[in-house]
Amino acid sequence: MLGDYFNSLPAAVAQGIMWGIMAIGVYITYKILDIADLTVDGSICTGGAVCAVLITNGQPMWLALVAATVAGMLAGLLTGVFHTFMGIPAILSGILTQLILWSVNLKIMGGANLSVPAARYNLLIARLDLNRSIIILEIFALVLIAVLYWFFGTEFGASIRATGANLNMSSAQGINTSLTKIIGLVLSNGIVALSGALVCQYNGSATITMGQGAIVTGLAAVIIGEALFGWLCRNNFALKLIVVVIGGIIYWVVYNTVIFMGLDSNLLRMTAALLIAVFLAAPHLKNKYFSNAAIAEKKALKEQQKAAKKESKKAGKNSGKEVA
Amino acid sequence: MLELIDVKKTFNPGTINAKKALQGVNLHLNPGDFVTIIGGNGAGKSTVMNAIAGVWPIDSGIIRIDGKEVMSLPEYKRAKYLGRVFQDPMMGTAATMEIQENLAIAARRGKHRTLRWGISSAEKKKFREQLAILNLGLEDRLTAKVGLLSGGQRQALTLLMATLNEPKLLLLDEHTAALDPKTAKKVLELTDSIIQEKKLTAMMVTHNMKDAIAHGNRLIMMHEGKIIFDVSGEEKKALTVEALLAKFSQSSGQEFASDRALLS
Repeated sequence: MLGDYFNSLPAAVAQGIMWGIMAIGVYITYKILDIADLTVDGSICTGGAVCAVLITNGQPMWLALVAATVAGMLAGLLTGVFHTFMGIPAILSGILTQLILWSVNLKIMGGANLSVPAARYNLLIARLDLNRSIIILEIFALVLIAVLYWFFGTEFGASIRATGANLNMSSAQGINTSLTKIIGLVLSNGIVALSGALVCQYNGSATITMGQGAIVTGLAAVIIGEALFGWLCRNNFALKLIVVVIGGIIYWVVYNTVIFMGLDSNLLRMTAALLIAVFLAAPHLKNKYFSNAAIAEKKALKEQQKAAKKESKKAGKNSGKEVA
Repeated sequence: MLELIDVKKTFNPGTINAKKALQGVNLHLNPGDFVTIIGGNGAGKSTVMNAIAGVWPIDSGIIRIDGKEVMSLPEYKRAKYLGRVFQDPMMGTAATMEIQENLAIAARRGKHRTLRWGISSAEKKKFREQLAILNLGLEDRLTAKVGLLSGGQRQALTLLMATLNEPKLLLLDEHTAALDPKTAKKVLELTDSIIQEKKLTAMMVTHNMKDAIAHGNRLIMMHEGKIIFDVSGEEKKALTVEALLAKFSQSSGQEFASDRALLS
């Protein structure tokens, strides 16, 4: 029984890295640009769909991966144009693209799903060869992190970070913030679609629902990683991204554990979403109820009440005396 | 250096909230001019600054910076010519980025941002020297996050960032209003010395009449979206707060209506 559990761990690690790569995409929008981009629910499926179509048509693997990434980038471009040139709020822009992608993905696949069985095609990663898959996924993640570390250290990359940190300052310093937002969204969704291409190979199929709730998984990876290992990173950007991937792995290990313990798998999404709500609320609640100022205020209020009680008691006694 | 010709701007036109913020502003600044701008609440002081910076398009009129018409340029393109410091110390710097990263961003104002590394070691040395001039001990904290700095420190840093690449025009929008009096004085002294040293053309909005008289070589008073009083040279040096208040009621036919200005 316990053996089964440990046997399931490598699969959890593989899935964790795949979704960790996806979470790096979420990190770029959510953490760097300060935009909650809901495009990802659609663009992860777009990546899977494009990859599956090309593989089943006998195209080489590298082309399938590149095409999937580019397709995701186009989705990000659409969201970026909605948001910047058309002035639609970021969240709504993402939802609109997500809806558009639902139709686009169905068209790409020619149906609700498209299978790419590992038995018939020469896939890069497969559920049945976990050791090899994990090594390949690790290489993908590390190369990606290295490239992003370089990119966000460049003059242009720094201007994207500045855009997320302070829009007003960025415009005043001559940064075209529409452009930096669009490039950030393009980059993010390209990465998300790449992870979709990997997920589709791992699952042996692309399905129209494969991206549903992806944003929750991505945010969970980002938040879990930061909460547990954020203190290790200091200001090192590469470490922060590594921590995101580790957050993804932890998410899937926990996921496997709760399933093993017999939690109704229908309740998993809700559990994950509630967990994220708690993590997101933590800093706010901490400030409101547990900061030094809040504690001091409470203390002062209590003392005031105590003093008032004493006063009223005294007054009561005095009035009693007077009557006597 | 700066030319404003009949600049007009109405906010929320055609609604019950319509506000004629600028009603034909004309102004000509010579290179090296340091103008202080005063006026009551809603006189259009900050609006003039935002019109020049391109925060929103103006309704009509001409704005020239260094001979170039800039009305059709977006804010980020006009930034090439302008250094800006805002009233809110949070607005001019990125809190989650390091001091040196903020400076490196400012050092590329008006330049093409490439895929070269965002900050060079030669720059770091230069930043350290420049920060030392501020005399706030920031030169030893290049990698500290700006969010850790006090309001005064952030404002001094914003001032340095605004003047790192010499701007054609420095716009100071009540940049000491949110600071305590002692810090405000220090930042003002710093402003004076940087403007003098780099021979910058500058505009400073202030609600403090004493500051407006003590700094710069020219003083402008605004009222209801117009410039109602413009004085420079010896005449400006001889001004007093009382004389300014008298001038205001004479020009506008009203009492000077700004609690902040009267109290400070």
